Amino acid sequence: MSEEVLVEEKTELEERFPEIGRDERKGYEGYIVPAEKLVEFATVLRDEFGYDFLSSVTAVDYLPEDWMEVVYHAYQTTGGPGLVYKVQVDRDDPVVPSLTPVFPGANLQEREAWDLMGIRFEDHPNLKRVLLWEGFDGHPLRKDWREAFYEGDGKPFKSRWPSGEVIRAEENNPFNKNVDYPGGFDPEQWTPAGETAVYAGVGRLDHAVSETALSTDQIVVNLGPQHPSTHGVFRMVVRLEGETVVDLEPVMGYLHRNHEKIGERNTFLMNIPFTDRLDYFNSMSNNFGYVLTVEKLMGVKPPERAEYIRVMMAELTRILNHMVAIGFLLNDLGAFFTPLLYAFEERELILDIFEAVSGSRMMCNYYRFAGVARDLPEGVFEQVKNLVLYRLPGKVNDLDTFLTDNEIIRARAIGIGVLTAEEAIAHSAVGPVLRASGVPYDVRRADPYGIYDRFDFDVAVRYHGDIYDRYLIRLDEMRQSIRILEQVIQDIPEGPIQEGKPQYQVRVPAGEAYGRVEGPKGELGFYVVSNGKPNPWRYHVRAPSFINLSALEVMCKNYKIADVVSILGSIDIVLGETDR
Amino acid sequence: MADMYGKGLLKGLGVTLKHFMNTYLEDIRWLSRGKRRYYTAEGIDSRKSFAATGIFTVQYPDEKLPVPEEFRFIPFLIYEVNEDGEKRDRCTSCGICAKVCPPQCIWIERTNDPDTGRPVPEPAEFFIDVDICMNCGLCAEYCPFDAIKMDHDYEISVYNRLEKNIFNKERLSRPVSYYASIRPTNYAREESARAEAEAAKAARKAARKKQ
Repeated sequence: MSEEVLVEEKTELEERFPEIGRDERKGYEGYIVPAEKLVEFATVLRDEFGYDFLSSVTAVDYLPEDWMEVVYHAYQTTGGPGLVYKVQVDRDDPVVPSLTPVFPGANLQEREAWDLMGIRFEDHPNLKRVLLWEGFDGHPLRKDWREAFYEGDGKPFKSRWPSGEVIRAEENNPFNKNVDYPGGFDPEQWTPAGETAVYAGVGRLDHAVSETALSTDQIVVNLGPQHPSTHGVFRMVVRLEGETVVDLEPVMGYLHRNHEKIGERNTFLMNIPFTDRLDYFNSMSNNFGYVLTVEKLMGVKPPERAEYIRVMMAELTRILNHMVAIGFLLNDLGAFFTPLLYAFEERELILDIFEAVSGSRMMCNYYRFAGVARDLPEGVFEQVKNLVLYRLPGKVNDLDTFLTDNEIIRARAIGIGVLTAEEAIAHSAVGPVLRASGVPYDVRRADPYGIYDRFDFDVAVRYHGDIYDRYLIRLDEMRQSIRILEQVIQDIPEGPIQEGKPQYQVRVPAGEAYGRVEGPKGELGFYVVSNGKPNPWRYHVRAPSFINLSALEVMCKNYKIADVVSILGSIDIVLGETDR
Repeated sequence: MADMYGKGLLKGLGVTLKHFMNTYLEDIRWLSRGKRRYYTAEGIDSRKSFAATGIFTVQYPDEKLPVPEEFRFIPFLIYEVNEDGEKRDRCTSCGICAKVCPPQCIWIERTNDPDTGRPVPEPAEFFIDVDICMNCGLCAEYCPFDAIKMDHDYEISVYNRLEKNIFNKERLSRPVSYYASIRPTNYAREESARAEAEAAKAARKAARKKQ
């Protein structure tokens, strides 16, 4: 019965577009859309079928089959499962029409696919490298591209055992000799043409900002990369008219290490500790997302107790992150360090719990396929209980009393950096940014994973879409997390924490999977393609910090330069995840 | 809505004032009990408990936070010492740790019997490049012989990383008593599991003999 319905639903779309085909490879799903129909298909999907949220755009290099695929994951903001569609292109000349005019949220993701995979997106307004520098030779995520420290296509490398002789990687690749330049390229003579392109990219306004404003010359200012307000090494190129922002472009990649290439060299298990390093405030929920995706491919589920422990850790992470996010936002507003250090006090107590269960404060590496690494050690459950029941609720209220009514904060935050609901959806904004703009979209509720369907909690939502609401929504979400934690503490069963025996070499059947969790910063997605080998064929991270930045320009335009810093603070980015 | 301008500000300042006062009230409370809040294990415990109020800073390196048992930092190899004082590595050089290591920082050289050329279950050499090690603990987790474990000693900075930061077998080896001292619960659990497995093995043998 249910299958029939599924078929019928599909034919509706297929009738509309007879050119599209179903992806019939084993372990794959979705539609294959011809490149020339893509824009029309995506637009119809958005306007008539309700798939208004383009979650992820990425590409896969199928080297043996000699084609590349651009993969789109679309969702409905009203909830429910997603829809996958793909465009297959020639490896030698990969050209795909850009979806940025339809979904502005595709902007940075398409630039990333161009940068790392070399796929050209026609009609993209600003198609240039985003994570790598302009002089970079090649597109590193292509399967035939090799890094300077290349040792083999997949770990474990052969030289370690049984006759391992240690060689430092830098001995093989002495400094200054570890880069390949394009033919005829002289780094000494090179002038970065990209810089001029960036400055040209931030558009000049041909009229005054307002009729009353003084007429001044427009200037371009670099905010960052070495500036504490950017939360790391991140740069915003801003064109100013007086103090008003006319245009803005985010420039990133200073912390880029090609996490995805490393992930494709790793075995499936080795990737878990690497996900810790994405958003290093929330290693627990990063683990959660990755493990969930691979479990989807493997078709396994963790035992009950492990499910509860997972939710417990993920929600503690959310409280930790929001505390710190509020602290840093207040730093950006000029309340230097007092609120942040109050938040750090609670963070410290939560990190003690993480350290006791996982062995490390920040790089937890705690989740395993079909389970977690170890059961809660003695006393930790009491620690969590004391913290959640007797301390955190009061501390969230303290933060509320401390900041919410403060006149300076209200003056600096209310009505600043407004993002409307339509803009937020179009820019694929996620997490607190999306929900503060009045869209009650939370993956935990919209498309539940793990055991989130069992808990009683509200999706926090605020309607003004300004900095103040993005601050308030974090308070709301902490309260909801405490609610979930109370239920976890009450219901957590005894029992095993790992399904089957712990395995260091998991067998992952061929296929693709897209798993997503509602991380503290928003929807964190992992797209994993397996070809049945020990290493993933493709490993992609849909990073909320990165994609939320596509909305930064819209949020900052027409506000003052001092507001740019606090608007960025209210998005809450972590550069480890943005640059990957 | 705030009826008086500045009321929100004052309310917020109340929170900081409370926090400030709590530090000193707590100090006075400790004094009146005749105990020291700083530079004592008890005092550190109170500052990291859920009931902590006031200042929570721990003055490293004068004071150190105790690490929990599961804390992990750089692996070490366990050897056992028998009655004659002879050392025996638990490691059989099976290579699982080298295979599971995400940054691939473990190198093992297997011993071969000089006569037969067959591998002997003990490592000739064992290297860990601690510059690369990411302290994930997977090697310790998947070692079938409980031979490699994660250490608690986190103060290992050196002046010359090129010379000092490749640990060899000698540098990595620790007696099993050291392991038992830093991870008592884990040690007890593993020992009882081993004893159980051996008892079961003996029972199976005995049953086979009877038949």
